Amino acid sequence: MFDWFAQFGNKTIEFFARLGKEVLLFIQTVLAFVPLLLRPALIVQQLFSIGVRSMLLIIVSGFFVGMVLGLQGYNTLVDFGAEESLGVVVALSLVRELGPVVTALLFAGRAGSALTAEIGLMKATEQLSGLEMMAVNPVERILAPRLLAGIISMPLLAAMFSAVGIFGGYLVGVDLLGVDEGAYWSQMQAKVDFDQDIVNGVIKSVVFGIVTTWIAVYEGYTCVPTSEGVSGATTRTVVYSALVVLGLDFLLTALMLE
Amino acid sequence: MSEADNNLVRIRNLHFSRGHSKIFNGIDIDIPKGKITAIMGPSGTGKTTLLKLIGGQLKPQKGTIHFHGENIPAMKTKKLYEVRKKMGMLFQSGALLTDMSVFDNIAFPMREHTELPEVMIRDMVLMKLQAVGLRGARDLNPSQLSGGMARRVALARAIALDPEMILYDEPFTGQDPISMGVLVQLIRSMNDALELTSVIVSHDIQETLAIADKIYIISQGKIVGHGDPQEMNQSDSPWINQFVHGEADGPVPFHYPARSYKDDMLAGQ
Repeated sequence: MFDWFAQFGNKTIEFFARLGKEVLLFIQTVLAFVPLLLRPALIVQQLFSIGVRSMLLIIVSGFFVGMVLGLQGYNTLVDFGAEESLGVVVALSLVRELGPVVTALLFAGRAGSALTAEIGLMKATEQLSGLEMMAVNPVERILAPRLLAGIISMPLLAAMFSAVGIFGGYLVGVDLLGVDEGAYWSQMQAKVDFDQDIVNGVIKSVVFGIVTTWIAVYEGYTCVPTSEGVSGATTRTVVYSALVVLGLDFLLTALMLE
Repeated sequence: MSEADNNLVRIRNLHFSRGHSKIFNGIDIDIPKGKITAIMGPSGTGKTTLLKLIGGQLKPQKGTIHFHGENIPAMKTKKLYEVRKKMGMLFQSGALLTDMSVFDNIAFPMREHTELPEVMIRDMVLMKLQAVGLRGARDLNPSQLSGGMARRVALARAIALDPEMILYDEPFTGQDPISMGVLVQLIRSMNDALELTSVIVSHDIQETLAIADKIYIISQGKIVGHGDPQEMNQSDSPWINQFVHGEADGPVPFHYPARSYKDDMLAGQ
């Protein structure tokens, strides 16, 4: 009985100790953004490997998601004779929800897993230790530029996803199914609100950018430095990111629709 | 000059444990300036841990580690990073940054810590590479290097900022005889030419005895013997004798603790 109690207490203390360490590390990483601004080359390098390298995946996915939205939206709308609103349906779905959420999920799979594996292997091969002994703080040199690059990349990638998706919806809706071109664009222009829809979508993708990149970087930095440890950490990055993104999306949407 | 002034590093009453296992149980070590000090002991006695303690990557539960008269475990992060610029460390794996060439690896600490123009960095990198005989390998990637070459590149990087002290973690492990000879010679000549203080952690007896000025032998968290190589070779302690001469059985038993052989075999029926 007391054993169970002691174990419960132990686990609770451990949990909060870990949480505290993680928050501390996060603060240290964010504080390291300031000196980082003096060395833009480090950020640009990471923007390339995190952001630019994810573009192909994001653009192709966005295109297909947009085309599917065009097909599905048209099928439903045409029953009510409202197919002219197709542009609004496609644009709102993408800008408010699918753009930020699907981009974040794809980002976690493409860039997040790569980040965790990279940092985890640097730890396993003593490169992080080596940096410390060269008096270079790995939090400043390795974690901070990657986190910042992730935060910058995510909203840009989400914007590309939405833009390409809207174009995909246009191809299917207008060119294939014969929705009026003028209606597609003008309804979209009239009904998509900048503050309500676009800004909220951008806020979401910034939040997802912070969360997914942080999970990736943290899992890599704290992984067990063995091949098993790195593989486990990589899996956790993708799983945690997906769960946290979907959970947070619900929370943010609820707050925004208030 | 008194003896205290001669020591670059002074470790006193160091205690360190990981979980429930005690790794160091009150050890005292003096590392004299300008000399090569070897710390030896069987695998798993925490030799690498000791280097990490000296480098401030781990904190001891008790005891002091004075470097230039300042206690490393008590340092704030910023101060610690300042002090590390005076230390170089050679990792067993080399720990080269795999995403850059040999040249950039050696230039890395210079670019991070100095404002030197690129022309000057180039000259300095080539000088360091020349010292380890790998000037021709500057454009290779770390993955293209053999184990021995990687360790020499790592050595060149360790001396990039002209440190006062170099910590070597098992420099001879897994090297072929030629690379081994090269490393032994490099460690000795660098120590003397650059007026360094070297600390070697190793269990390769012959190589280490050949170049060390002072030797400490650790076992089970304690210092079991120290002295110069001559004294170690002629020691009458059975433990040191077993270690130095590589005997299979002795104070360190060949068998892992178990119940009696007979009981164990009969228990299977």
